[in-house]
Amino acid sequence: MNCVLELKNLGFVYGKGTPFEKRAVDNVSLTIKRGEFIGVIGHTGSGKSTLMQMLNGLMRPGEGQVLLDGRDIWEQPKKIREVRFKVGMVFQYPEYQLFEETVYRDIAFGAKNKGLEGDALDKAVRDAADFTGLKPALLDKSPFDLSGGEKRRAAIAGVIAMNPEVLVLDEPTAGLDPMGREVLLSQITRYHKECHNTVLLVSHSMEDIARVADRIIVMNKGKLAMFEPTKEVFRRGDELSRYGLKVPQITNIMQALRRRGFDVPEGVLTVDEAFDALLPLLQKEGKLW
Amino acid sequence: MRDVAFGQYFPGSSLVHRLDPRAKILMFIAYIVIIFCTFNYAALGITTAFTALFLILSGISPKFYFKSLKVIIFIVIFTSLLNLFYGSGAPIWQWWIFRITPNGIHRAVFVTVRIICLILASSCLTFTTSPTELTDAIERLMKPLKAVRFPVHEIAMMMSLALRFVPTLLEETDKIMQAQKARGADMESGNLFKRVKALIPILIPLFVSAFRRAYDVATAMECRCYRGGAGRTRMKQIHLAARDVIAFVTLALVIGGVIVCNSLMSGVL
Repeated sequence: MNCVLELKNLGFVYGKGTPFEKRAVDNVSLTIKRGEFIGVIGHTGSGKSTLMQMLNGLMRPGEGQVLLDGRDIWEQPKKIREVRFKVGMVFQYPEYQLFEETVYRDIAFGAKNKGLEGDALDKAVRDAADFTGLKPALLDKSPFDLSGGEKRRAAIAGVIAMNPEVLVLDEPTAGLDPMGREVLLSQITRYHKECHNTVLLVSHSMEDIARVADRIIVMNKGKLAMFEPTKEVFRRGDELSRYGLKVPQITNIMQALRRRGFDVPEGVLTVDEAFDALLPLLQKEGKLW
Repeated sequence: MRDVAFGQYFPGSSLVHRLDPRAKILMFIAYIVIIFCTFNYAALGITTAFTALFLILSGISPKFYFKSLKVIIFIVIFTSLLNLFYGSGAPIWQWWIFRITPNGIHRAVFVTVRIICLILASSCLTFTTSPTELTDAIERLMKPLKAVRFPVHEIAMMMSLALRFVPTLLEETDKIMQAQKARGADMESGNLFKRVKALIPILIPLFVSAFRRAYDVATAMECRCYRGGAGRTRMKQIHLAARDVIAFVTLALVIGGVIVCNSLMSGVL
């Protein structure tokens, strides 16, 4: 598999040379393969947002390089705008960036900037709206008349419509109700499966990350603490708790069961998996009728 | 956006920080008057020394003072050049319509020093006085105007609310700009018309969120039973202390010095 993003000794310092100097990212090197679903976790202030903003050239790294498809994105600083179409970035609370008269035009903003026109533009907008579960009837409404959840979807659709090679989502489910989180997350997974694009998901919810990610980037105090397959990361619960993070609740429960001598597999990450593991156990002991 | 040094507040505990904000404002007003009443180099020297004394006592790195000067460098150069070429008297150097006279040189020096001193002094005031202190002081100083039904408290409240939201809105602008740039908004190229148009995706979300915040603040104030200024007391009382008296005396000495210099020596302007 070829790699789409490669970070080489990336570093960033805020307010260099002032009393407010703060190192946000420290010597991060990693490679992300095409089509991977990457989870990004870390305590507040661990540098994950800064790291994400360097991926699409919104911030220029103080040290090191970001390679997209093998080329340094800052090779031609004048063409940095093109990188932003390839690495789509959805910020936290993206609904605050809506501005157009209709939802349709707002979703089209990014794609239009990219140079799409006519039918191609129309298709990109409608596909993006479909991926995020926006009903076609909403497209002609003003974005300010939508509900909170719908605004969020419209904003995400605006980035998806640019059809980026890499989609970065910074806590897309923050502030949504449980049902909304659930639906949005499954739509992102569907997008990933159908488009085969690379997705990076920043989240504070270990449950969400455990469910969708292939591999996980763990950030701690600006440094890359771990970059391993999901199961491996959540097997190292003690290490995670040192970084101020947790393993999913269900993983904890299953580990406790194992310690008490029950024959359940290690590294259970989701409730569904746990269900599948526990059912035969109950049947064997004849406690299920 | 974040590099604006002018008008920022740097918390500290220096002598200037601890001065009564009312004293600082009154002294600043008096200072503006005397800096424009200096007519010879001795008087100018005294006020400059007074400025320097305050800057040193404020304990704030000279770097930030330089930064605040950067903003006005063009105004300084422009006005001093104008003054340089429009002096009266016999020219000592002439070319085409440009003529330089000793009077012009004096004028240029005076206007440069005066503007720089003014900016430094106002930076010193805002660097060492928090916005809350400033508005409190203004409210107290304007209190006599209540007699003529001037809404002193309301104006002070509006000022402190506005100041309170400056950093918030700056941060918000920054965020929205990043988000629109991520969608390929192009704000750096194109002609004037294009650039103004490129501001729309930033201004509209900014207005929307400013209104939302305003409503939130209004609701929060009502929830805390805010009913205007009548009968309100303050948690932090401001009192004049010995250091304020000393500061006033120093200023009085400077004013006296300037008057003496002006009357004893001949003016150069």
